[in-house]
Amino acid sequence: MYTYTDFDENFVRTRVAQFRGQVARRIDGSLTEDEFKPLRLMNGLYLQLHAYMLRVAVPYGTLNPAQMRQLAYIADRWDKGYGHFTTRQNIQYNWPKLGDVPDMLDALADVGMHAIQTSGNTIRNVTADHFAGAAADEIEDPRAIAELLRQWSTDHPEFQFLPRKFKIAVTGAAHDRAVTKAHDIGLRMVRNDAGEPGFEVIVGGGLGRTPMVGKVLRDFLPKADLLPYCEAIVSVYNLLGRRDNKYKARIKITVHENGLDKMQELVEARFEDIRAGFTGHDQALLAEIEAAFAPPACVTKSTDGYEAARLANPAFRSWSDTNLSAHRAEGYAIVSISIKKHGATPGDATSDQMRVMADLAERYGHGELRISHEQNVILPHVHQSDLPAVYAALREADLATANIGLASDIIACPGMDYCALATARSIPIAQEIATRFDELKIEHEIGQLKIKISGCINACGHHHVGHIGILGLDRAGVENYQITLGGDGTETTTIGERAGPGFSADEIVPAIERLVTGYLSLRQDADETFLQAYRRLGMEPFKAILYPREDKANAA
Amino acid sequence: MPRHFTPKVVTANALLEGDAVWLTEDNTWTRDIREAELLTDEAHADLRLLEGQAQVHMIAGAYLADAKATTDGPAPTHFREAFRTRGPSNYAHGKQVDL
Repeated sequence: MYTYTDFDENFVRTRVAQFRGQVARRIDGSLTEDEFKPLRLMNGLYLQLHAYMLRVAVPYGTLNPAQMRQLAYIADRWDKGYGHFTTRQNIQYNWPKLGDVPDMLDALADVGMHAIQTSGNTIRNVTADHFAGAAADEIEDPRAIAELLRQWSTDHPEFQFLPRKFKIAVTGAAHDRAVTKAHDIGLRMVRNDAGEPGFEVIVGGGLGRTPMVGKVLRDFLPKADLLPYCEAIVSVYNLLGRRDNKYKARIKITVHENGLDKMQELVEARFEDIRAGFTGHDQALLAEIEAAFAPPACVTKSTDGYEAARLANPAFRSWSDTNLSAHRAEGYAIVSISIKKHGATPGDATSDQMRVMADLAERYGHGELRISHEQNVILPHVHQSDLPAVYAALREADLATANIGLASDIIACPGMDYCALATARSIPIAQEIATRFDELKIEHEIGQLKIKISGCINACGHHHVGHIGILGLDRAGVENYQITLGGDGTETTTIGERAGPGFSADEIVPAIERLVTGYLSLRQDADETFLQAYRRLGMEPFKAILYPREDKANAA
Repeated sequence: MPRHFTPKVVTANALLEGDAVWLTEDNTWTRDIREAELLTDEAHADLRLLEGQAQVHMIAGAYLADAKATTDGPAPTHFREAFRTRGPSNYAHGKQVDL
């Protein structure tokens, strides 16, 4: 994987030194909070409900074992011994002290990491398919492109003060695991008629208070044109994007208000203007980056031990059925480590767990780890013969929950337990739902089900694209939870439909249980997923399950 | 007749720790809302907010939050402010263990 050059290292160290001075000036009173706030946000430091929060970028979700161990060290040394992996493939520390943050950033720089552009109205951490470089259905590893975009967008002088934040996601596979249609720019690698790789370019997707599915701006963009074309899009957005209203400032509104045709016209014109300025240096750089993402040296060896373990150990069999995905190399598997133990905070890993995952990546995983947007950790390259040992170590560390893609694998934003923007809590609801389905022992019978919960309208928990989405709101000073159904974050992205009135905190978990057990009686057979059943039947039968009293009252 | 004014406390985050804090009658910041000054007059509350906001070397983001009088001192009336007095509900972290 890509490692920082001297240039990268110097750049990051300089930023840390600058920020150290800014923090010192804030503490000694030379800077007011109004003056300091934009500076701290440029370095990923927020002030939340109970404490500061430092958001650290994990570019395209990729980590090596040394980086994961350093994240654990930072958690122990300057936080409370854990970190929170987010839907944007970042890690957040919830309890840093202001004076410690420069030291934390220096510790990150020691392993080629930083918190630059994890906040602010700029191009944020570029995200990618968490199975990149390993997935069986992949055209090319998209991480080289994501790294090129990271280098281009970092400290880009034109794009530091955009109308709003700007998010780019990249996938190299047919099956979209990067939610590309819900990003400001989504890049899907495709091949043209000549078999050459390029990108379908999607713009104007996004969730939040005005959820929109992105629109195709270009069916096929040659790889070589990617940077000038992205620069053209962001440049047009920078000019057209609304700065009069924060809630209408994202590019999805720009596309909606101006129309796709006008956006295409302006982007293409800008692209023609600037294309010649990209003289090929970007392609030379891309070639260097691609070389750094060379695939691991996979080996051929017997998988008999794996098969024997599956036969001998039902718990291992259940885990391997649920948490493994197809790898492109024969005899290998992609391991999804669930950071969603029933009843635990989704996305939180202790420092000890981080170290265990780092050790496993080093010993069995070709030195690679990934953070998924679904708040889990991935070992992308594990030989099947090593899976029994990996499972045993994960089990020892409380990391062997066999629930990837199931009802308890819930995306949950920090909600009002931490976030200053939240209007309701989301973590405790996710914890209760997971615990309830574990007690009922029907998760595996239910099958693939994506429940996502947000604690406010900003939708960090991606509830709009959950098969079951939950949105926590403040209704007259009381936490209230609205349910949406039918959302989908894959290549068939769909925004979920609101089912009806919200539920109180006491009512929401029984309502979800009712909904899911109701689905079991509605589905055609065990192969029909919740989403498929919803698409076949529509909202009404699910609404009748959710609101039985209203249904009877209407009937009367 | 003067319009009804809901009692308030001045609250903020401590500059160094980021911890939720409340302004006391003697112009210090306490981590325990029960020690805060309960403000029952609107003009006085506005003045106290300005005085609190001026302490930029101590705090960040001061604002007025609804509160009520209890035998133990001021208490929050909204669940958001109640969480700020305790810390997060998923772990025993923050004031629920520190105070």
